[in-house]
Amino acid sequence: MNREFAIEARGLTKRFGDLVAVSQLDLDVPRGEIYGFLGPNGSGKSTTIRMLCGLLMPSDGEAVVLDTEVPGDARRLKPRIGYMTQKFSLFGDMTVHENLQFIADIYSYPRRERAARIQELLERYNLRDQQKQLAGTMSGGQKQRLALACAVLHHPELLLLDEPTSAVDPQSRRDFWAALFRLAEAGTTILVSTHYMDEAERCHRLAILDQGVKVADGTPSELQASTGMHVIEVIASDPYHAQVVISEIPEVASVTQLGVRLRVLIPDAHSEPTRTVDAALRSAGLDAQASLSSATLEDVFVAVTLQPGRRAA
Amino acid sequence: MKSLSRIFAILLKEVRQLRRDRLTFGMVVGLPVMQMLLFGYAINTDVRNLKTAVADQANTHLSRQFVTELAQTQVVDIVAGADSPRQLEALLRDGSISIGVFIPHDFDRRIVDRTRAATHLLVDGSDPTILGVANQLRAMPFGFDAGDTGPVAPQVIEVRPYYNPERRTPVNIVPGLMGVILTMTMILFTAVAIVRERERGNLELLINTPVSSAELMIGKVVPYILIGMLQLALILAVGRLLFDVPVRGSIVDLYLAAFAFIAANLALGLFISTAARTQFQAMQMTVFILLPSILLSGFMFPFEGMPLVAQWLGEVLPNTHFIRLTRGIMLRDASIADLYPDVGYLLGFALVAMTGAALRFTKRLD
Repeated sequence: MNREFAIEARGLTKRFGDLVAVSQLDLDVPRGEIYGFLGPNGSGKSTTIRMLCGLLMPSDGEAVVLDTEVPGDARRLKPRIGYMTQKFSLFGDMTVHENLQFIADIYSYPRRERAARIQELLERYNLRDQQKQLAGTMSGGQKQRLALACAVLHHPELLLLDEPTSAVDPQSRRDFWAALFRLAEAGTTILVSTHYMDEAERCHRLAILDQGVKVADGTPSELQASTGMHVIEVIASDPYHAQVVISEIPEVASVTQLGVRLRVLIPDAHSEPTRTVDAALRSAGLDAQASLSSATLEDVFVAVTLQPGRRAA
Repeated sequence: MKSLSRIFAILLKEVRQLRRDRLTFGMVVGLPVMQMLLFGYAINTDVRNLKTAVADQANTHLSRQFVTELAQTQVVDIVAGADSPRQLEALLRDGSISIGVFIPHDFDRRIVDRTRAATHLLVDGSDPTILGVANQLRAMPFGFDAGDTGPVAPQVIEVRPYYNPERRTPVNIVPGLMGVILTMTMILFTAVAIVRERERGNLELLINTPVSSAELMIGKVVPYILIGMLQLALILAVGRLLFDVPVRGSIVDLYLAAFAFIAANLALGLFISTAARTQFQAMQMTVFILLPSILLSGFMFPFEGMPLVAQWLGEVLPNTHFIRLTRGIMLRDASIADLYPDVGYLLGFALVAMTGAALRFTKRLD
């Protein structure tokens, strides 16, 4: 039986004592897609991923991963998923080749194809020159490529990546995402957590988590179309003062400064947002232009993580 | 089949990591040899050359002959002379001698009529070992004729020292030391093994693979069993070459006993490993086991001499049973069948600790 979704979770909750790390999470991750978890540190991304692969016992709720109940049947699930931990978790005192060899042994990769598979991975993830090097002595980008190679060695149907790019440079991140797309094209479902907007934008679909609660989900364009906010971009010669002035406007939900530009969010219900902002700036005697803009993912993020009554500065 | 290959993968990984870990590798070889040298040469209850002063108030031909013969026992080393018992006491008090020999002026007559002791030994009794040695001096034969066979008074009790007639301490120490060294290294290696992987984050990766708790435990324990056996061979070789310690019983029996003991210690180490959160905690817990294993196991002090409660505690420790086994097999030519309760205890201990460790070790993080 092949369900449409690789991961289905209903009401997934994890409490650590009094702290609710993940609260009532519903999740549908379609097969063969890259699904992103976007959220700040402590928003419950890692906890959710760990619950999905059976590392943590949910306090409440249920999850079906690849048609398997977790954590109940987690052991049967292990051979079919690949998991890349947030912190480098391979063996620093073994060489790249020995690490791959170990993973192949542990997953009982067919003995005859083992050497060829390892060569293929060394090639694809650009580790051929490092294969005799101790893993602990490599750079962040190299470690990350090795971790990915080890996570996909056994051709998992589902790949769980916990902030895979938090310790690497931009070029490595680009290469890494190219590799992920290649895997997704080959049919692998990928769940990746991140706190980078540009990475979230590359996902086919994403969920935004805030303090353990899923505050929005959908494709990036769906999310951008449904913020429920007007986005006004203000270009000001004195952005600091402009920000102070705009924050005073009662309708404004949030103001974010990006260099000389300000992104202003005003709820949809308000009919003439641009004029309101313009008027406020003029009456303060500030030199600035306001124009209507379309929402970026960052605007979405700001909009959905706003707490009632809170104003972002 | 798959399970075997996974165990082998873990095993190979442990060996590879061990080979690169110079410190641990050095401990495998260096620790037993160093401990053997330290304990073997330093601990000696067969005391010789005790510093002695003589106050010879008789100063006759006979008394001088007595002093000469006393010196020839090599138990005493005459370093000073004195005039009176009072002076001997002063020397004892300031620590410059351990034994004072007082020969009264009527020494010759006392030797003849044997109604009173002819000589007094003033002994530093604060050390029971020295006191014991001094007591042995009482058996020293001495009479008027040089060729005299001994004192005329017949002994009620005659002691025949079996198994270690030369009364050499290493013969007693080395079999016990084997247990102490193996306790130290085996528990420490495994206690640290799982905690280290938890600290480094490796565990999060491992428990997400198909490897099971039992496979992980077995894969981690087997290399150390081999290391334990290697250490045993090393200790036996050093004991033989430097201290001439015999193995009177079967070497196969000795290895079988050691296998049970090593398994018990490794299982205990794994259990510690599941309880400790950091490597430092694991080491502290190892010391907590190690100290009683030295003091209460019969290694240092005769087991029968300990208070009952201490004996109960000692009975729990694997080392107590192993020392009985090694002393039995190596020195008394006992077979493992003669000593089955101790082997049985060790195997049972290993089983219980291993089960406990596997139960405590869940493949989850919470």
